[in-house]
Parts: sequence; structure tokens; C-alpha cells
Amino acid sequence: MSEHENAEHGHPTTGTYLVIAAILTVITLVEVGVFYVPSMKPVLAPTLIVLSAAKFALVVMFYMHLKQDHRIFSAIFVVPLVIAMGVAVALLALFGVFGGA
Amino acid sequence: MSDAAAHHTSTGLDNRKLAFWAFIGSECLLFGSLISTYLVYEGRSVSGPTTGEILDIPLTTISTFDLLMSSLAMVLALAAVARGDKVWARVWLATTAGLGLIFLGFQVYEFSEFVHHGLKLQTNLFGSTFFTLTGFHGGHVLVGVIWLLTLLLRSFQGKLGPDKALQVELAGLYWHFVDVVWIVIFTVVYLIQ
Repeated sequence: MSEHENAEHGHPTTGTYLVIAAILTVITLVEVGVFYVPSMKPVLAPTLIVLSAAKFALVVMFYMHLKQDHRIFSAIFVVPLVIAMGVAVALLALFGVFGGA
Repeated sequence: MSDAAAHHTSTGLDNRKLAFWAFIGSECLLFGSLISTYLVYEGRSVSGPTTGEILDIPLTTISTFDLLMSSLAMVLALAAVARGDKVWARVWLATTAGLGLIFLGFQVYEFSEFVHHGLKLQTNLFGSTFFTLTGFHGGHVLVGVIWLLTLLLRSFQGKLGPDKALQVELAGLYWHFVDVVWIVIFTVVYLIQ
């Protein structure tokens, strides 16, 4: 199967994979760069979370092929992921990490 | 009979792939719990060493880049297997496993450095939660490396043709999941201190 045929069957081409790898590398460098900038300290956490989420989404959509695959696969992955995030937020709130009790 | 034909289902979706995505969903809950536990106890250690004193960001940045590139090698391995290119399939499978081993080498070095600086599993809350979280992740990487080496062996035995691409795809899904978990750990544990 050629690269073109591979793309026709739903998976990205080698070029797309390389572009995604380059973007992931750049985002990682930005993350580390932001970490060392003192003036970024007040917005460090939200900035890093957004950048991390972008990397997460790129890998899941393009390398794990959820962008092209059947939506059932996305649902099977996203539902537990949302539950896990909900559990994390609830635990952090329960233990006063957000500044509460 | 090919793998796909042997496992045809009424949904048109391969049941092994469905089951594997369900497994990955359960892994989200496992690592969600471990990461939450780390965050809950972060900054609550009554004695050192703690995060700011001991974490090596430049070193971990290199190991993060290593793992990201292993994901690239993994998708290239899958593409090579799917088009029946045995040589490049072996090259990319070996590259992925090699990058995984390098990541594990970084982790062993990091752990040994921490122990050298007095941070062990039982030292404080940071040590307990950090070693548990990153240790579980490292264990997953090790399983992935063994899986990849098994696929590489099957390729050399001539048992990894295009009809077996799903086997490589499942290994790839596992490997990429390990990668995305590290993306979260790198941000939450190393960069947001």
C-alpha cells in the first residue's frame, strides 16, 4: 500500500506525522522556555496546562488516529478521561488545593 | 484468513480494537488517580528534599523529547507494516523500542540521583507520590518496550505482514497512550511546581 493509499484509508501521511512531531517539539520548547521566564509566574500554570492539552490532543487525534477513526473509539476514550478529570478536580477541591477548606 | 476477516463483527469494528480502547479508558482512571494523589499531597511534605530542590528540568526535557520522537517512530512503523515494507517496519520498530529504552535509562538515572540526594519512597509525601506515579509510568514503558521487541521478533520470523497491521496498531495505541500520560506528568509534576 502506498503512502497515498494509506491516507485514503483514513490514516495521515508521513508528512503529516512529521509536521505533528515538529509541532510537539516546538510546544515542548515553549513550555520549558515559559518555565524559566520569571514574569510568566502568575500565569504559568494555566499557560502550561493549555500547551500540555494541545500536545495531548495532537497525539490522540493524529498518532492514535481518533480524528479519522470511528466515533465509538473516541467515546470509549473520552468518557473515562472526563471521569478521571472530574475525580481529579473533586479530590483537589476536597483537599483544599484550590484555596478552600 | 487475515486478522480482520477472522474478527469481523456486526458493528464493522474490530472487537480487539474496541476492547483495547476500553482498556486505555481504564488506564485513564488509573493514572488520573495517581496524578490526583500526587497533586493532593504536593507541598505537604514536612521534610525535604522537595520538588524545587531536586527535579532536573533540562534532563527531563531531553527524556520528554525522546518519548515524543518514539511516538513518531511508532506511527512510521505502523505505516511501514501496513504497506508491507518489512525493512522499514523493522527499522522503526527497533527505533521505537530503542527510544523507549533510552527513556527508561533517563528514569533509572533520575531515580538513582534522587536516592543519592536522600529522597526515597519512604522519605516524605513527595517521595512516596513521585516514585509511585513515575514508577507506574516507567513500568508501562517497560511493558511497551517488551511488546515492541516481540513484534520485531515476529517481523524477523516473517509473521508480521500487512494482514497483521492491527497487532502493530494496538501496540501503537498503547505506546502513544504512555506518551500522552508523560505529557501530563511532565507538565504537572516537573513544570508546575
